[in-house]
Amino acid sequence: MSLNSVALAYLVAAVLFILALKGLSSPVSARRGNLFGMVGMAIAVLTTLTLTSNWIYISLAIVLGGAAGAIVAKRIEMTSMPELVAAMHSLVGLAAVLIAMSAYYNPYAYGIVKYLGAELHLSNRIELFIGTFIGAITFTGSIVAFGKLSGRMGSKPLRFTGQHWVNLALGIVMIGFGIAFSMSPSWTPFLIMTAIALVLGVLLIMPIGGADMPVVVSMLNSYSGWAAAGIGFTLNNNMLIIAGSLVGSSGAILSYIMCKAMNRAFLNVILGGFGGGEGAVAEDSGVQKTYRSGSAEDAAFMMGNADSVIIVPGYGLAVARAQHAINEMSKMLTEKGIKVRYAIHPVAGRMPGHMNVLLAEAEVPYDQVVEMDEINNEFADTDVVLVIGANDVVNPAAKTDPNSPIYGMPILEAHKARTILVVKRSMAAGYAGLDNDLFYLDKTMMVFGDAKKVVEDVIKALGH
Amino acid sequence: MNEVVDPLVTNLTVFVLSIVVGYHVVWNVTPALHTPLMAVTNAISGIIIVGAMLAAGPVELNAGTVLGFVAVVLAAVNVFGGFLVTQRMLDMFKKKGK
Repeated sequence: MSLNSVALAYLVAAVLFILALKGLSSPVSARRGNLFGMVGMAIAVLTTLTLTSNWIYISLAIVLGGAAGAIVAKRIEMTSMPELVAAMHSLVGLAAVLIAMSAYYNPYAYGIVKYLGAELHLSNRIELFIGTFIGAITFTGSIVAFGKLSGRMGSKPLRFTGQHWVNLALGIVMIGFGIAFSMSPSWTPFLIMTAIALVLGVLLIMPIGGADMPVVVSMLNSYSGWAAAGIGFTLNNNMLIIAGSLVGSSGAILSYIMCKAMNRAFLNVILGGFGGGEGAVAEDSGVQKTYRSGSAEDAAFMMGNADSVIIVPGYGLAVARAQHAINEMSKMLTEKGIKVRYAIHPVAGRMPGHMNVLLAEAEVPYDQVVEMDEINNEFADTDVVLVIGANDVVNPAAKTDPNSPIYGMPILEAHKARTILVVKRSMAAGYAGLDNDLFYLDKTMMVFGDAKKVVEDVIKALGH
Repeated sequence: MNEVVDPLVTNLTVFVLSIVVGYHVVWNVTPALHTPLMAVTNAISGIIIVGAMLAAGPVELNAGTVLGFVAVVLAAVNVFGGFLVTQRMLDMFKKKGK
């Protein structure tokens, strides 16, 4: 294949990648979009295969990795998606580092230099240095994120005094070695720079708490894209640059959306510490606040006699594996002519859009699932709101109490409904460690118990 | 005007334009599909496999090609895993769609 045909094939692949993302604007077009993405990838890989001289071994390597990927994709549980995504980010990061090392070892193989043994240009060396350190940070940072998300590592933020200064110093030293490498290339500064970047990846993610993980995962998603784009610069490969930037901007936008949903400044999240519950312990006013509680049968009676019900699911629902039960319950309510909808807060799961996938897996029709901005006006006209496994995202203090740590965070305005049912294990505080005034309203009824058990009891009661 | 544009400048042009395109396309993604978006971008960042294949390309086996092979395997996990898991999720959204 001539290099011109290769470049044109890459162009086709790049356009297909854009269409893949565009398809995700609606569930109807998304599947076709994914197909576009696969075709684009196939074109890119097959075209590249014609440029290699030992295509058999390379195909074997692809089959090996591909089989592993396919098995994981088939087996992974939807609740574990954040871990999977983090693990995959780390693979991209590591691949970027390996490719950069290989490119430095043998630049001629890539056509970066004109003849065997020639030196790299200054611009190539700078690109190499940038691509490597982004890849290295992505690699170790994602491993830490994976560890925290999968519970293999404590989700508590890990901090020590002067941490930011240590990171800053390491960052400067890393850039120093990067510049040294760019000026006079040799392995020593390159490897030291890479090693520091690997350490930085760990140090940057360690102090970030569990509640902020959706931001971290989105951010690492972004990094993995920039790492690919960086390699594209080194290899002068436009398709890598295009695909990498698409992923990079996607991750950046998701981080922004997540930060906004938690009313947190991006820098604040990155510098870390929230989400471990420290400092945010509910201040006790000394007044014993009273709440009403009822049984699952009471809840079934109230929902069964309502005209409209909005379910506010939180991650606790998924932890209790109550998704299927809740779908069954809402089907029964719908059959009675009751309007049932689900209200989703952007941070309801462990990653952007996670709750939507968990509900879709339980076969909840996606047109019943409504985003926060769309449904917030409707709570006031709703008879019953069922809050299940959620807490902070329905805490009215975010709107009314300027002293609350979550003040300013957009919430689902469940407190405006006529009746509120809250399914909870106990009166314990939520993720942010805050008390929730919603629980003490006169129109609120607490239903204590395991989410799945309660919903199953509601179903039984509705059946009578 | 016999000057040639440095590849770096061409790369930068493509880079900036792609970010603009990415920005507009991604804001149009419905929030309900943000998890599939992340999975499919995982697959797309597996495009780095192209770089890995070029690294593994030369016939003679040396440190450079070995690194390339390892990178091919890693990137292939992303490519297949990413697209397939996206497919799986999107199928769930399809089932109950009207």
